[in-house]
Amino acid sequence: MKISREEVLRVAELAHLGLTPEEAETYRGQLDSILGYIDKLTELDIANVEPMAQALQAGTSGEKHPELREDVLRPCDVAEPVLAAAPGAKSPFFRVPKVIER
Amino acid sequence: MSSGANWTISGVRAALQSKKISAHELAAEFYARIDKRNAELNAYLTLSPERAYGQADRVDAAIACGDTLPALAGVPIAVKDVISTRGVRTTCGSKILENYVPPYDATAVERLERAGVVILGKTNCDEFAMGGSNENSAYGPVHNPHALDRVPGGSSGGSAAVVAAGLAVASLGTDTGGSIRQPASLCGVSGLMPTYGRVSRYGLIAFASSLDKIGPFATNVSDVTSLLSVIAGHDENDSTSAAVPVPNYLEEIEKPIGGLRIGVPEDYFGEGLDLEVKEKVEAGIALLERAGCRRIPLKMPHTDYAVAAYYIIATAEASSNLARYDGVRYGLRVPGATLTEMYRQTREKGFGPEVKRRIMLGTYALSSGYYDAYYLRAQSVRTLVARDFADAFQKVDVIVTPTSPEPAFKIGEKSADPLKMYLADIYTVTGSLAGVPGISIPCGKTRAGLPVGMQVFGPHFREERVLQLARGFEKAGGFGD
Repeated sequence: MKISREEVLRVAELAHLGLTPEEAETYRGQLDSILGYIDKLTELDIANVEPMAQALQAGTSGEKHPELREDVLRPCDVAEPVLAAAPGAKSPFFRVPKVIER
Repeated sequence: MSSGANWTISGVRAALQSKKISAHELAAEFYARIDKRNAELNAYLTLSPERAYGQADRVDAAIACGDTLPALAGVPIAVKDVISTRGVRTTCGSKILENYVPPYDATAVERLERAGVVILGKTNCDEFAMGGSNENSAYGPVHNPHALDRVPGGSSGGSAAVVAAGLAVASLGTDTGGSIRQPASLCGVSGLMPTYGRVSRYGLIAFASSLDKIGPFATNVSDVTSLLSVIAGHDENDSTSAAVPVPNYLEEIEKPIGGLRIGVPEDYFGEGLDLEVKEKVEAGIALLERAGCRRIPLKMPHTDYAVAAYYIIATAEASSNLARYDGVRYGLRVPGATLTEMYRQTREKGFGPEVKRRIMLGTYALSSGYYDAYYLRAQSVRTLVARDFADAFQKVDVIVTPTSPEPAFKIGEKSADPLKMYLADIYTVTGSLAGVPGISIPCGKTRAGLPVGMQVFGPHFREERVLQLARGFEKAGGFGD
């Protein structure tokens, strides 16, 4: 067994996902079979292989590094349309349930 | 299959210039078709007639004034619902964004509209582009126009289906592990995944940022090329978009294909490949040889590891990208007594099962104690897959393979077994990991009448070579309709 029910519940908690007991069991079985398949990656010797952290690394294609733009101020007057899409917002603030208990 | 004549971009242009039809009338014709077919296909989620007719009227005004028309004037297109459209609802196929209306346009959308396209609406897709069958949409599956009981492929199933059914002349999709090429193959249309960085991702709602690409669908290679010509190029709003010059694609693709070296990797023709698909793609390669291409056998030894590496990297990035859906700033909010409770309730109610599964897999792969064993190892295997491509392109100009190991399968056939569904991505995820461009073009039909797709890969930023081969295949007779 690659992954236990406790681990599934811990991962769900880390990801802020609520799961019913039935869901936890279904996901445990499915993740177990997926992780079992992914184990085939251990067949390869990667001791001297650099991990590919970016889709286009220098040398794989010869492209130039994307040009970085000048760091200049530009107007960005979007507060109102952005807040209009926010649930329960009260301009100029987003609102969430009380975080600090006293 | 389609209702009425299929329009092409050049056909639209000729009809508008000769005043056989106005852009407004053309948009109306497409909305009438959509009205007739969409109920059974479920391919459009949202229509945007106000925006479409506004744009069509601007095109008609330009025609009336005798102005020079932009390249895509009046061409009716559809946009996958993970690509932001200002003022037009953008759901990502998810309940969590059911009422989300973006305050801005994606760069690709903005560039296309500047070139004159008429955006008819937004197409259905797997939730957050996660899936290969469109069954993961919160708004129900899309049905394949060639066989309504079958999937159109995914995740850009709606974008492929509307083009196949004649409900748009072309469309935009996104490809992370095959999400343009595989539905193009299953629906019998052409779909291009550009090089990573060739097309700006600004306004594309993120799934896996090191793999996501926007690309076009159309019924023929020239139309795919016309869309690419408009959307390609650097964008200062996307720091990963490349500052590589954009060639004149429409000119390049008409060059003859005689003498091109086509690599055929044996690793893509082994166990698991449907025999009829194999037969059709082999016949396609034989046609290319008759057209003067040289067939060169290849070995790409890490092909078999690509699915495993892909599903760690893509889910790890997804688990991070989708952390933003928490009910605070936009999208669904399910109230909770505490902040944590609100996050949890919102995400539990808002996400569907496949998205939750991938968030958990990605969170697990990145969690303390497993990072090296899964994520770091997968990234090293990604290097090996990319090297397979780099080595191959020392010897060949393009690589030709099947796009999907099988034609369109039945709705419900694979949905109970996520691993089985993932394994169907075997021929597409390789190029996704390497970041190279790839196209799927129609390559005949099975005896049951289901489309087969042929995939062509090229080196980084050599879309013109991929498209040139695809266009040459068409000119040589192809195996499309």
